[in-house]
Amino acid sequence: MKGFKDLTVKSLLGKPVRTAILVLLTVLLTLTVLDGSLTESSLETGIDSLEARLGADVMVVPYSATTKQKFENIVLQGSTGYFYMGKNYVDEISRIEGVGEMSEQFYLASASTSCCSIPVQIIGYDPDTDFTITPWVKKSYGKKLDTYDVVVGNDLNAFVGDILYFYGVRVKVAAKLEKTGTSYDTTVFTNADTIKELIRSSLELKMNDFSDVDPDNVVSCVLINVADGYNAEEVTNNINLHVKKVKAIQTKEMISGVSDSLSGVSSVIGILIGAVWVLGAVIMLLAFTMSVNERKKEFAVLRVMGASRGKLASLVIKEALLIGLAGSLLGTLTGLVIMIGFGGLIEQLLGLPFLLPSAGAVIGYAIAAVALTVVTGADAAAVSAFRISRIDTGVILRGDN
Amino acid sequence: MPLSAESLTKNFFRESKDSNCFSAVEELSLRLEEGTVTVLTGRSGGGKTTVLNMMSGLLVPTKGRVLLDDTDIYSLTDKELSKLRNDRFGVVPQGQTAIHSLNVIENILLPYAIYGEKTDDAVRNRADDLLQRLDIAQLSSAKPAQLSGGELRRMAIARAVIKKPNFIFADEPTGDLDDENTKTVFEFFRSAADEGAAVLIVTHEECAAEYADRVIKMASGKIV
Repeated sequence: MKGFKDLTVKSLLGKPVRTAILVLLTVLLTLTVLDGSLTESSLETGIDSLEARLGADVMVVPYSATTKQKFENIVLQGSTGYFYMGKNYVDEISRIEGVGEMSEQFYLASASTSCCSIPVQIIGYDPDTDFTITPWVKKSYGKKLDTYDVVVGNDLNAFVGDILYFYGVRVKVAAKLEKTGTSYDTTVFTNADTIKELIRSSLELKMNDFSDVDPDNVVSCVLINVADGYNAEEVTNNINLHVKKVKAIQTKEMISGVSDSLSGVSSVIGILIGAVWVLGAVIMLLAFTMSVNERKKEFAVLRVMGASRGKLASLVIKEALLIGLAGSLLGTLTGLVIMIGFGGLIEQLLGLPFLLPSAGAVIGYAIAAVALTVVTGADAAAVSAFRISRIDTGVILRGDN
Repeated sequence: MPLSAESLTKNFFRESKDSNCFSAVEELSLRLEEGTVTVLTGRSGGGKTTVLNMMSGLLVPTKGRVLLDDTDIYSLTDKELSKLRNDRFGVVPQGQTAIHSLNVIENILLPYAIYGEKTDDAVRNRADDLLQRLDIAQLSSAKPAQLSGGELRRMAIARAVIKKPNFIFADEPTGDLDDENTKTVFEFFRSAADEGAAVLIVTHEECAAEYADRVIKMASGKIV
């Protein structure tokens, strides 16, 4: 044996079951802390991403869309659907005081029948006036979208160069967007000309609920940024007051519902992390206390040979550090595999925007989880070591304690 | 330099009708001289082990002092007292005291490992010699779980004397041994004393007297 340090490793290897149980405990603690924190952070990132994607102060949709909650479901929940209002409303809205930038969007849901490659939400936008989708599409596709070109969301099983069919119309995938953690990850985007062609084709195939709609004279919604000197609430009220049969909604209000849900979920996760951490710390303290108690004769023998209280404490703490390090690294690895591999499933289960934070932030969370677990284990071991070191060696050897 | 116990008293908490204080050792004085074997004998519960533990720096006395080089060893810090035990004391505690994750030779060399002291050829040769003299040379690489009670006891003796301590304390060192091995162990302690160590042996073995310079009998915490 090279030194006292070797005793740490030999003690751990000499009791494989005890060591394995302690490692497993630290794996579970790290896993819970890391995945809980990442879930909480992903929800926050998701809502930020959603806010950025909406990118407008006010959205105006046909009144019927809001009563059926179609609109919010499409934007927030990822449901497929479509609704239309006459283009004349766009002119009316543009005359409302305080309206600044304005752009139209067109919605269509593809069907799951043979006419369409995949059942998805299709959103058409006007590249000349758009200020919400274009900046984001540009990150993946620098050119202007040609007719019959589409850009697909990150979660869709389609790739650049693929040919897709919607209502019998052949379109080409020009780009795939980066992940947003929102319903837009399962959406197909195209320009206004292409979507009008798709709407027309869906009408010809009698697969559109709006049989009398003229694609050239309808829009699904109007996105608005308010002019300088006005606020969104004021402009929203003005539109709702002066334009009939439409509903203006502040995007902040739309998101506030999601934010409230997020806040509730975040609080629950926060409480759970705290509870699991406290429980984990208590279990670790008990586990180390039991382990130290079981070995008190061994520690007494080391004292007999001249090990000081400090040396005994360092032996126990080093063991805890090794266990903590091994367990937390394993827990971190497992936690990352779960979050990266099953992020989509978690998003579905929570029904909220969900986007993993940046790689740097994920590494930060992982380091924090490892540090928290290792420190918790070392503290639990230190408390146990301190308690045992206070007992007279002679008393332990007598077997009275 | 002798090790002197002056008026050692040790009280333990023990619930009873009259008093919760049990006096294991009362006002006991004892001097361990270099080159001598002192045998402490007497009935069980007489306070022998308590005296040995107090004199070897393992049990803080309730009253009294243990003097070495005119210094009360219990006035030292834990670090100083621990180092003193490592350098100058060799203790064979009662019962099985092996570190089970280490093999026999690692157990014997452990006093060196505690303070990171190198074990050169001379130390290795001494360890081999001790194994030979205690008749466990063939078990050098064995794990404690593979050893009998008597073999473990002899391993503990080798470990206690590996650093050639000035003071050797042995608590029932022959408890698990047959007559032949008992004789070997007492001879071993006698030769350690002849080489200059002060040896204190707590035992019930009557034959121990043959190897002792002094036999002290204890009863009810006092020398009788």
